[in-house]
Amino acid sequence: MNDQAQLLPGTLDLLILRAVSLGPLHGYGILLRIGQISGNALLIEQGALYPGLFRLVRQGLLKANWGTSENNRRAKFYELTVAGRKRLREETDSWNRLAAAIASALSQQPEEV
Amino acid sequence: MKLLDSLRFRLATLFQRSQMHTEMEEEIRSHIEHRADDLVRSGLNRAEAERRAHIEFGGREKCKEEIHEALGGNFVGGLLQDVRLAVRVLRKSPGFTIAALLTLALAIGANAVVFGIFNGMILRPLDVPQAESLYGTEYGNNPGWQSYPNYLDLRDRNRSFDGLAAFSFVFPGFDTGKDPSGSSGYTTSGNYFDVLRIQPYLGRFYHAADEHGPNSAPYVVLTYAFWHSRFQDDRGVVGRTIFLNKHPFTILGVAPPGFHGTVSFAFIDFFMPMVNEGQLYGGSELDKRGSNTVVFEIFGHLKPGVTLTQATADVNAVGAYLEKTYPQDFSHKSTPLSRQGLTAFGGAVTAFVAGLMLLAGLILLAACANLGSLFAARASDRSREVALRLALGSSRKRILRGLLTEALLISLAGGAVGLLGSVALLRRLSTWQPIAAAPARLPVAPDAKIYLVALLLAVVSGLLFGIVPVRQVLRANPYEIVKAGSSARGGRRITVRDVLLVVQIAICAVLVTSSLVAVRGLARSLRGNFGFEPRNAMLLNADLAQAGYGGDQTSAMKRRIFDAMGTIPGVEHVGWVNDYPPLAYGSNFRSNVYKDETTDLRQTNSAATPFRYNISPGYFEAAGTSLLTGRSFSWDDGKDAPPVAVVNREFAVKIFGSVPQAMGRDFKLQDGTRVEVVGVVEEGKYLSLNEDPQPAIFLPALQSPSNAFYLAVRSQRDPEQLAAAMRSKMRELDEGLPVTISTWKTVLSLVLFPSQMATVSLGVLGMMGAMLSITGIFGMAAYSVSRRLRELGIRIALGAKRKEVLQAALGRPLKLLAIGSAAGLLLGILAGKVLAYIVYQANPRDPLVLAGVVLAMLLLGLVATWIPAQRALSVDPLILLREE
Repeated sequence: MNDQAQLLPGTLDLLILRAVSLGPLHGYGILLRIGQISGNALLIEQGALYPGLFRLVRQGLLKANWGTSENNRRAKFYELTVAGRKRLREETDSWNRLAAAIASALSQQPEEV
Repeated sequence: MKLLDSLRFRLATLFQRSQMHTEMEEEIRSHIEHRADDLVRSGLNRAEAERRAHIEFGGREKCKEEIHEALGGNFVGGLLQDVRLAVRVLRKSPGFTIAALLTLALAIGANAVVFGIFNGMILRPLDVPQAESLYGTEYGNNPGWQSYPNYLDLRDRNRSFDGLAAFSFVFPGFDTGKDPSGSSGYTTSGNYFDVLRIQPYLGRFYHAADEHGPNSAPYVVLTYAFWHSRFQDDRGVVGRTIFLNKHPFTILGVAPPGFHGTVSFAFIDFFMPMVNEGQLYGGSELDKRGSNTVVFEIFGHLKPGVTLTQATADVNAVGAYLEKTYPQDFSHKSTPLSRQGLTAFGGAVTAFVAGLMLLAGLILLAACANLGSLFAARASDRSREVALRLALGSSRKRILRGLLTEALLISLAGGAVGLLGSVALLRRLSTWQPIAAAPARLPVAPDAKIYLVALLLAVVSGLLFGIVPVRQVLRANPYEIVKAGSSARGGRRITVRDVLLVVQIAICAVLVTSSLVAVRGLARSLRGNFGFEPRNAMLLNADLAQAGYGGDQTSAMKRRIFDAMGTIPGVEHVGWVNDYPPLAYGSNFRSNVYKDETTDLRQTNSAATPFRYNISPGYFEAAGTSLLTGRSFSWDDGKDAPPVAVVNREFAVKIFGSVPQAMGRDFKLQDGTRVEVVGVVEEGKYLSLNEDPQPAIFLPALQSPSNAFYLAVRSQRDPEQLAAAMRSKMRELDEGLPVTISTWKTVLSLVLFPSQMATVSLGVLGMMGAMLSITGIFGMAAYSVSRRLRELGIRIALGAKRKEVLQAALGRPLKLLAIGSAAGLLLGILAGKVLAYIVYQANPRDPLVLAGVVLAMLLLGLVATWIPAQRALSVDPLILLREE
């Protein structure tokens, strides 16, 4: 457990969008997918996922439909809307820029300044 | 668009809340089952897997709550929930709730009433189009503008107004052919209705084009109220002839319902053209530039783009021109322009209402302090409950919201009750006619604004006292409180509650001080020296013109009335004064007076402008005015006798240096007549109770006849019987002459009205202040006793005496009471200046007032601590100690 990183505020939405961008998923599936694509390095409480999901639906970035899961159970599937896809692109770009900037700042050696 | 969407979504979430709820529920269940499937796959049995999945998921309710919060649609639902909870909590302590509700109802009600008065008297413009640009002269401010020729000049020479109209009052006999009676009306310039830009309700108005010189336009326009009460809404009145003082006038039309003239507190019967006023009184002053009896006020709409300063300068420029052109008849004083409606009372009314608003605001503040400390006490009593809720995962925000909801609920309910009461009171006030003989009412009927203000006050005060316990809750550490229990601290620290109580008591002491000051002021003004003795005197008021008398008939008729009154058994003295006696309805005549040696009688050269009364022989005796030296008038001081005068002491000193020096000396009137001083009387009050000593002259009534008069009858007899006897005498003399008979005190009611109003309103506010301080001290004392019951029980068990128990239980509230009262008393004394605006002869340093305040606060403290003291003394240590 200890090697799992806490999420930075605001990054959960980005992760959800990213997870769903690979295909429609239900809530539990999104959780698994995030674990999978992050190499199980990120800790997300199971209950904490849903407020984010509902918010994204409300913002029109995701749409939700009831369907049947691979386990043959009723589940609500989320997929990206066009706006969601656009938002994911923007957020990914700005995250990359931020991450690069921070990484660069942290890797500077004293004599280079 | 976004806003609309969000609104629609919020509404949708509110209505689909239950549907969403099941959906969430289902989704969470689906999630947990999927997780359990995985766990089963990893080797657990189904039951264990489901248990683990549930635990891993965490609180489902919390999750749902968070979803709602994330959606923002939670607000309305949460509010309803808060309200339901608050109602439940409040219903659990009905005593507290009712006390808090009543306190606020009174405080908000008082403020709503005062605001209603402020709104009706000052804020609300006249009910005419574009009232905000209507400005005019103030009555009495510059007598020059009270003459008709000067009005015409101002109307034609100014460049600032879109037409100027003039009006004055007239009180003729009104006769429709069967029931003659007194009436009140406006005499107006022909353009009056056109300047006001109003349209008739029925028929037509008269216009400037209807006037062709004196007595050319015998028309009247009725007010809606008079048409309703006197003519029962008869639409056929238009064109009918009625008689004013026996002269025929034609009814042209009826004014619209909301319009009753341009003085907001005067409710008159009709309007008639100013040019016809002379007809009523058998002589016209229209052409006399020096007369100041024709016009009351002049007003008009400012032209677009003209500022008030420009208009004032313009009017004063015309005034300066008139003074230069007619020095004998006009001395110009700088004229301010004011809004139409309150005339010269504007300043006084504004000051009075502002003072009242201040005091009412203080009441509300005291009420908030009171409730704030009650709420703080409750919050600390409930600290255990709060701690438990915090420990169980409730957020502080949620708890605070609950507390604020309770506070707002109480303040809104209290505000609603207070509002209902104040609206009822204002409705009563607006139909009340405070002065029997004058058609004046307070224009304070409530309108929509008052509801808004009450709502605002309720919300603000709810937040104000609801916020007091916030700090307490924010700082609360749930673990400490749950561990230690609630009764731990009996500390000596000064708490917010102590400060609030002191503030509240100080405010109440200020209010008690001011109400006592007002009562003393009223008592003093009632006992003050008026220069005449209103007790044991009746006044008979009549206007002979109303019965068609004129010329020489009037003097003869007045003499007959005089003689007839003298024959009534028990009557000691009789005498009349033309027009109005001193201090009656603010009416007065002043004359310019010149020293005997002055030859250039321009107004700026006048030596004094004394009040002038024309009196009959016997008037001083009947009025109870004492003659200092010389003689009063006799029937020999008639038309052909040399002009003589009795002056008051102030006049004698001002013009001649001293009383003895004045005797036998002459002074000149405006028309150059030399008048010899034959007597000197004491000075008195002539226009208002709080005026400085003013000069006055008395001239023989026989030398300047007039139709209207007040006849004073002095007698020790019962006023009712005397009035009946006087009335029957009048019937014998002339049945067709309307007369009013009243005690002299009744006639004084107008000048006493302000101090009476002040006394009543301050008295009510003072009582409310006293009640608030009782509930405040009571709350504090009761709370401190109940908190420390166990300690008191132990003290009693250890053998403490009654005195010591009382001291322990009530020492603190009483000390706070003393501090608060002292502070309030000090503030009250400092507030003397404010009180002087409201109350005549306000003097808070008056030893009687000081003693009264101290006594009142002591009594209040005694009353308020009585029950808690009894409770403290009746503590039974055995029962108490067994309980815990």
